[in-house]
Amino acid sequence: MFDVLFETVAEGDERYIEWLLTGLGWTFSLALSGWAIAFVIGVVVGCGRTSSNALIGLAARLFVEIFRNVPIIVQMFLWYFVVPEILPKNMGAWVKSIPPPWGSFLPALIALSLYTAARVAEQVKAGIEALPPGQRAAAKALGMTGFGVYRFVLMPQAMRIITPTLTSEVMGIYKNTSVALTIGLLELTAQARQINEFTFKTFEAFGAATLIYLGLALAVFVLMQAAENHFRIPGQDDGLKGKRQAAPAPRAGTRP
Amino acid sequence: MKTVKTLSSFGLCCALLVGGTAAVAQAPSETLQKIKETGTITFGYRESSIPFSYLDGQQKPVGFSIDLCQKIAEKVKQQLGLSNLAIKQVAVNSSNRIPLVANGTVDIECGGTANNLARQKQVSFSVATFAGQPRWLTRTDSGIKKSADLKDKTVVVTQGSNAVGFVRKINDDEKLGMQIIQAKDHGESMLTLSNGRAVAFLEDDILLAGERANSANPASFSFLPGGYDVGYYGLMFKKDDAGFKALVDGVLVGMMKDGSFEKVYKTWFESPIPPRNMNLSFPISDKLRQRIQTPSDKVDS
Repeated sequence: MFDVLFETVAEGDERYIEWLLTGLGWTFSLALSGWAIAFVIGVVVGCGRTSSNALIGLAARLFVEIFRNVPIIVQMFLWYFVVPEILPKNMGAWVKSIPPPWGSFLPALIALSLYTAARVAEQVKAGIEALPPGQRAAAKALGMTGFGVYRFVLMPQAMRIITPTLTSEVMGIYKNTSVALTIGLLELTAQARQINEFTFKTFEAFGAATLIYLGLALAVFVLMQAAENHFRIPGQDDGLKGKRQAAPAPRAGTRP
Repeated sequence: MKTVKTLSSFGLCCALLVGGTAAVAQAPSETLQKIKETGTITFGYRESSIPFSYLDGQQKPVGFSIDLCQKIAEKVKQQLGLSNLAIKQVAVNSSNRIPLVANGTVDIECGGTANNLARQKQVSFSVATFAGQPRWLTRTDSGIKKSADLKDKTVVVTQGSNAVGFVRKINDDEKLGMQIIQAKDHGESMLTLSNGRAVAFLEDDILLAGERANSANPASFSFLPGGYDVGYYGLMFKKDDAGFKALVDGVLVGMMKDGSFEKVYKTWFESPIPPRNMNLSFPISDKLRQRIQTPSDKVDS
């Protein structure tokens, strides 16, 4: 069924499958680097969302509202088409002269990481708020600094709670990379479209892309499951499961 | 209706008996028979292939290819002896036009589609109605005067267009070392050119003329001299339907002979056209002139 992938391209001596694989490479690097940045920013902003300092809270809230509520395709257009025009002229010219594909990759990376960071921040906030308020109070009573409270008491628990929802964010960033084709990055979907345009084998081209995305999603799922198991505190989770049978789960109401 | 059914079942018997030849004789054109049965012919149109087929101010499909298809519909009506023939218009795009023609959703595509051997494996084309040539469009202020000036510069082509393979070939053949941006569609390629990310845009001349005429400041763009291999456009319909092809080609060749083809051409390529009364000022090229004198659907690649 996927014979077309092993045919030689119209102009050149490579095969169509190589187009798909280079596309996969870009999808992979965009998603991976995007996730690394989004995770770091998301955790910081998420902590900021629960800060008792009103200014930090407001700044974090603004970040989330802006980057989560503007559609990702609009954000990509803004970073790619608009930002170079509003920068000082020399800087704008420099940005535009970044050679392809980096000229498309960098704006896509910025847009994707900020968008995902805002979503991660909300998960982190929810995770922290799921903890009983006594945790924070007790940590403070022990004389911990603000940083210490988060680093040693709140985050280790909150991050474990939100691992399952983060799994869907990781899957989400893989799928959202396809929007980068609108600013000229030839990732997996763009290459599938391209193969379709050249061979008119619509089913084969998009079928192959679908299978690859499915494989990626399953891989992410398995990896995140492994991470969840790895970081689990022995005994804690089992206890929870036991209690859920007997009494309503204490954390149910705090899910976003 | 009844006779048709009886005839076709008779044809089927014959086909089973003598191995197919009789069936061909019974149904000279699958497409025409379908049009006769439904009293409807379906045009496939493009929403923004100026001036071949696009939506005007009232969101109605108009254009050079639409006018040609109207003539064909008249002929179909006459040949089938129908008192009434409804025309159904279906929007198609560059990704779905070939599947929709191949599966019969669209009887004839009235767009600006280049005929080539790869496409002929799936669909059939009329005699050439246009000859397009890939050329470079540049910003006048970029100081680029000939294709050799493009050495080590960044250029743009549209994803999925023929220019993608072409630009690579040019890069290899002429050792230009160009950087290539692949924008999502022609509008975005034009934006990439006008905002300075790329210094030149490679595409068929007629599409570039349309984009240029549509831009805020047409005078700020100019063509580089010279072009590459000519591609012939045609109306597209179902493969292996000799009866329908003969009808379509008959209408077009007739128009080419009596001069009405040129009249329609002038209306769309050399006069102000809706919706903004722009004029593409795109006279008949030598290659198209040859095809008008000796109509043909031949392509080399």
